[in-house]
Amino acid sequence: MSEETVRLEVARQEPDGASRRDVFDVPFDDRTSVLDALQWVKDHADPTLTFRWSCKMAVCGSCGVMVNGRPVLGCETFVRGFRTSGLVVEPLAHAEVLRDLVVDTDTFVGKLAAVKPWLVPDGATRLPLAGDAAGVAPDVAPDVAPDVVPVALAGGPAPGEDVLRAVGPASGHRQTPGELAAFKGFAECIDCMLCYAACPQLDLAPDFLGPAVVATARRWDEDSRDGGELARADVLDTEFGAWPCIQVGACTQVCPKGVDPARALRDAQRVATETWEARQASTEAGPAR
Amino acid sequence: MLPVSPLRVEHADVVVVGGGAAGLSAALAIAETAAREAGGTRAPVVALVSKVYPMRSHTVAAEGGAAGVVGDDDSLEQHVADTLAGGAGLCEEDAVRFVVERAAGELWRLERWGLPWSRTDDGDVAVRRFGGMSRARTWFAADKTGFHLLHTLFQTSLRYAGDDGVVRRYDEHHVLDLVVDDPGGPDARVRGVVVHDQHRGEPLLLAAPAVVLATGGAARAWGTSTNAGIVTGDGMAMALRAGVPLRDLEFLQFHPTGLPGSGILLTEAARGEGGVLLDAEGRRYLADYGLGPETPVGEPVPRTMELGPRDRLSQAFWHADRDGRTIPTPDGGVVLLDLRHLGRERIAERLPLVAGLAKQFAGVDPALEPVPVRPTAHYTMGGVRTDARGATEVGGLFAAGECASTGLHGANRLGSNSLVETLVVGRAAGEAALAWARGASAGRVAGGASGAGAGVGPGSVDADVVDRAADVADRYLAMRGRGTEPPAALRAELGRVLDADVGIYRDADGLRRALATVEDLRARYDDVRVADTGAVLNTDWATTVELGATLLVAHAAVAAALAREESRGAHQRLDAPAADDVPRHSLVALDAAGRVEVTHAPVGRADRGPDDGTRPSAAAPSSPVEGEGA
Repeated sequence: MSEETVRLEVARQEPDGASRRDVFDVPFDDRTSVLDALQWVKDHADPTLTFRWSCKMAVCGSCGVMVNGRPVLGCETFVRGFRTSGLVVEPLAHAEVLRDLVVDTDTFVGKLAAVKPWLVPDGATRLPLAGDAAGVAPDVAPDVAPDVVPVALAGGPAPGEDVLRAVGPASGHRQTPGELAAFKGFAECIDCMLCYAACPQLDLAPDFLGPAVVATARRWDEDSRDGGELARADVLDTEFGAWPCIQVGACTQVCPKGVDPARALRDAQRVATETWEARQASTEAGPAR
Repeated sequence: MLPVSPLRVEHADVVVVGGGAAGLSAALAIAETAAREAGGTRAPVVALVSKVYPMRSHTVAAEGGAAGVVGDDDSLEQHVADTLAGGAGLCEEDAVRFVVERAAGELWRLERWGLPWSRTDDGDVAVRRFGGMSRARTWFAADKTGFHLLHTLFQTSLRYAGDDGVVRRYDEHHVLDLVVDDPGGPDARVRGVVVHDQHRGEPLLLAAPAVVLATGGAARAWGTSTNAGIVTGDGMAMALRAGVPLRDLEFLQFHPTGLPGSGILLTEAARGEGGVLLDAEGRRYLADYGLGPETPVGEPVPRTMELGPRDRLSQAFWHADRDGRTIPTPDGGVVLLDLRHLGRERIAERLPLVAGLAKQFAGVDPALEPVPVRPTAHYTMGGVRTDARGATEVGGLFAAGECASTGLHGANRLGSNSLVETLVVGRAAGEAALAWARGASAGRVAGGASGAGAGVGPGSVDADVVDRAADVADRYLAMRGRGTEPPAALRAELGRVLDADVGIYRDADGLRRALATVEDLRARYDDVRVADTGAVLNTDWATTVELGATLLVAHAAVAAALAREESRGAHQRLDAPAADDVPRHSLVALDAAGRVEVTHAPVGRADRGPDDGTRPSAAAPSSPVEGEGA
């Protein structure tokens, strides 16, 4: 590293809650990231500085922090942009601080689990949208249901037996590039929680499912192979589901992966309304299927 | 002097160490077995222990894809043949067959779980070409295959991770060591793992009759590496200390296209899609180093030029560098990965991550300019010696994924074979571990935890096991607030010497230098400085514990490299350029005094220690697992 240094102020907090601010002069060059700067402090100035990191290529989602009030991934944010202003690094907002820059992640994972972020396979629960009268089953190839499992020879081929046999499922769903594109953007979420730090509504409603979780719920809803939309609607159409969102759009602005959680929230609110109306209509029309 | 730490005890049927693709596959296999049996036998409990959160695991960074035969022009036989050819004599053929037979099945399973595989216009799963593969058989999700694979597995696992679920997660819990009876002996048997709960700041014994190690590789030891900070060889070190040999550890794959300095990976898929490599003069230099004949730009031919095996491409770079054909930079010589002819649209569709990484971390737009690249440490071919299903010679101990050496990769891994290995062997190891645990709880194996999954507290665990676990915890906790050697300096020196002397080409002088350095670093580590004395989220301590594992595994790798006086696959010796007539595995073990010992063993059935009938198969019942014909 060159001789040039930058002023790095870091918010510190002990597990017992005691907090303070520390300031370091950190050497840097054109390639020094905020994460590199924090690691320099840990290696050369204060080994007790506590922060998360892993991949250093903006895909694992570990190293989210606030830099000068803005939530960013430390690994892809470069110190060179803060030469004159200096940096103030703080833990992500809207999450309990466990120590220094490490915040609670369990609450987020709990919210994620609540929206059933897995493929609900066997259909008939896809929403009647845009005037469809009946639920629409996802497009499942007819042979998808049971695993097609040719029995392999026990313990592998016997001596002299050279026949290789495929084991396990031998088919799946068809999905066109267009059907893939319908949800792929939402599937790019890396669970970094920057959008939670940015969302002002979490000040008022800390239990709000939040942008990333609703985006993931919509990722599954919009997947042509999934039939879980109604089950997720039960979670999204609640006081702290999709409704706390007032479309500020901060989530979409700070997302490092180009996911558009604001759109997901808008869609979730629209679907919740349509679902409610569809359920009302089917109640009036007689017993639901 | 040692504080007596209060040791919490919890039980599981199976402990899975690691939350990446292999660990999640193992846990999901157990959860699915339980779901099929619902209402019958007592539901098992699998403890899924991750030192991070599972979705942060390094699987997330895998880019290119996963191999599985689907096309009419392809066959299982051809996938086996390609893998054996890449492995240069060191593959275990039964493991190759085992994985190849199950590869497409596991990829279809992920499809059914919702993985967003890239598609053809007709809606079929698309496959792409990959280095060393004679057919297009690599399934992919753009160039973020590992990311989507990991998140699909993790989100699917949440289904089984509710309050009464089969999967009990232990996130940000750092595994310190295994508890093993009679380590290295004939009755060796695992009893559980000693864990540090980083949130509560206290140690924990997870008692279980079966443990699956799924801790990933060790290539972070090298200074320039594609690997995340968490890829520190923890499980390999634990297995070695427990008496399980590490096999073929000298075979370290250098990926030919990393970003200079950072080592960030640019996937082989960039070449599979038609990218080419150019020297300083703009020439396709690979043709001059035995990888020709030169193929037309944008029309990649399997196993030729840019799609040659990774070891050959990295070796060609080394020669080109020595011949003065690279572009000098402060990070060493570089060559150019040229994608411009693909066009912006194709790059955005097939290689969005490559485009983003090049822009963000190298300041280059690959649609307009070629990207500077150089080889970087990437994948640990060797690891904990297991059979095809992940069983080790310690009763109840399994390993899967990059930390294991099943024999699939031999001396050189083909790109896209490792992701399927995590799925196939992860699943098989999970099923085998559950079968073993049930044998144990039925009393067929001594040390079974009959109350497994039911309790908290030392009730059904031998007091002796708790005492040994407490000793382990105390020993590690006592590192805090002691020592004089700064860990960062030890880590930097290790990375430097491995880069310099244990790289693409090696020789005896360099390897002896490296060995002496690593031995010195290990001696200095005995007095390593851990300044942070905090209990909660003490990352100074945790990363220093990791460094101890990395140093041990690096020591084993260097010793194995020095002992292999031939050139084969990813291990190239300038002072021994020929391959031996008869290929042999290397095995590293610790002797009674803890010294690193290297021996060699033949390839094939004679080396099938875990399969020789003396162990797990005796107790792994003739399987309750349906469908796999296990």
